[in-house]
Amino acid sequence: MQLFDELKTLGQKHIKADKKAQESVPSGVWLACPKCQQSVYHKDLGRYSTCPNCGYGFRISSRDRLEWLVDDFTEFDADLQTKDPLDFPDYDKKLQKAARATDLNDSVLTGKARIGEQEFYLGIMDPKFIMGSLGTVTGEKIARLFEYATQASKAVVLFTASGGARMQEGIFSLMQMAKVSQVVKEHSEAGLFYLTVLTDPTTGGVTASFAMQGDIILAEPHALIGFAGKRVIEQTMHQKVPENLQDAENILDHGFIDAIVARKQEKDTIEWLVEMNQEKGGEKLS
Amino acid sequence: MLKKKPRSAGEIVVAARDAKKITGQELLAELFPDFMELHGDRANDDDPSIVGGLAHFDGQAVTVLIIDKGTSAKERIAKHFGSPTPAAYRKSLRLIKQAEKFHRPVLAFVNTAGAYPAASAEEQGQGEAIARNLFEIADVKVPFLTVIYGEGGSGGALALACGDQVWMSENSMYSVLSPEGFASILWKDANKADEAAEVMQLTPEALLKAGVIEGIIPEPGAKKRFCRNINQVLHRELSKLQALSTAELLKTRHARYRKF
Repeated sequence: MQLFDELKTLGQKHIKADKKAQESVPSGVWLACPKCQQSVYHKDLGRYSTCPNCGYGFRISSRDRLEWLVDDFTEFDADLQTKDPLDFPDYDKKLQKAARATDLNDSVLTGKARIGEQEFYLGIMDPKFIMGSLGTVTGEKIARLFEYATQASKAVVLFTASGGARMQEGIFSLMQMAKVSQVVKEHSEAGLFYLTVLTDPTTGGVTASFAMQGDIILAEPHALIGFAGKRVIEQTMHQKVPENLQDAENILDHGFIDAIVARKQEKDTIEWLVEMNQEKGGEKLS
Repeated sequence: MLKKKPRSAGEIVVAARDAKKITGQELLAELFPDFMELHGDRANDDDPSIVGGLAHFDGQAVTVLIIDKGTSAKERIAKHFGSPTPAAYRKSLRLIKQAEKFHRPVLAFVNTAGAYPAASAEEQGQGEAIARNLFEIADVKVPFLTVIYGEGGSGGALALACGDQVWMSENSMYSVLSPEGFASILWKDANKADEAAEVMQLTPEALLKAGVIEGIIPEPGAKKRFCRNINQVLHRELSKLQALSTAELLKTRHARYRKF
């Protein structure tokens, strides 16, 4: 028995040693890539915050993405605020914190954008705003974006990143799925192009609505894309979920996205696709 | 209409999940005696958790879609306890487009804890299947009425509850997530489900007040009487919707969701 006691202490010592090691390294200098588990020196991520080893795009804020994505941008609806429909305890504090962290009024940045000669309406969901969850303001900003685009006869490009519904807004979050679907349909019926770029993570109600309604659907390398969360599947079904089940690459293999595009190619790809997918498309950038 | 003493949200959750509740098959037998089932998603599958087909209602052809939990153990397993797979949503969409082609209304009945959360469903595109339903139903050119008669669980329920009107039976719930899931996500404690149910506003009364549903259908113990109540509501509302022009119908539907 003594032997086992010693083993126990040994184990604890190891755990303690690990904790201290972590504390002594300034956070953010060395990062572990969440997809390939390789250690990456933070400066090696480069301008596009991409793992040099596997190509995974780290989660970045909407405004950081905007820096390298477009040539010109005019923001819309930056002043909308949620009415907190469930009167949820401490929700306002959570929102204020998220707003400070992201410089956004809710989990999506919307506006009119330009790359080269192509003008389009752009939305970028922010995984750093309550995990990009779909609140009433998120839904409203996206719905308005489609309405503005329909009026102006322009394409919509939407970067999705979302943990799913905004729990603090309950059923009103669910209703955003139907609301946005209405305006996406309207935009589509007007013969206009809708491009979605699924980034890590795109899940839940966002996957089950506007993320999957694009004419063309792109994804970033190794982005998590799914409907049900991994834990929900494991707990409900009592089945082990394969590591790569919701990996963009596996979703591509099953036919649900058109292509995987690395961040540094996104700008050119978007310009090309917006130009191709319009009346008399393909004339300018041939 | 409802003069009983107010029930707690937790009590309504229990009533909505009651195993003795009316089943999809009983609803079909009572409301649509000449129902003929139509199978298959025309891709590669047929999921019985959504039963779809044709029937007469009020002397006219209608398309009927019912999410059904099943009765026997064997049936319940086959229907994943009423959790539709992507194939089920593709079948329902096929039948909805067929209804549109032949200008007949769609009547949908929902009782599901949510879409089937399995690895296989993920690979078959659960998100895409629901998204496609929402996108197409947005402007389907026939009246589309939904009755939630038990659980209305999240996107899996919304996929068949995004038409012109949504009604709920007295003992039913409709929410973004189960109260257990809600409590475990927000408070890391699934045992606080009753508390979560209160906060979530998932009862028919709360949802009617919020404008999420059109009304509540009284649900007496006797199933025949319950069906009579459903019949009355569908009869009345369907004739209202059919009096509208297609343009008015779609405009009203658009406004119904745009307001949220």
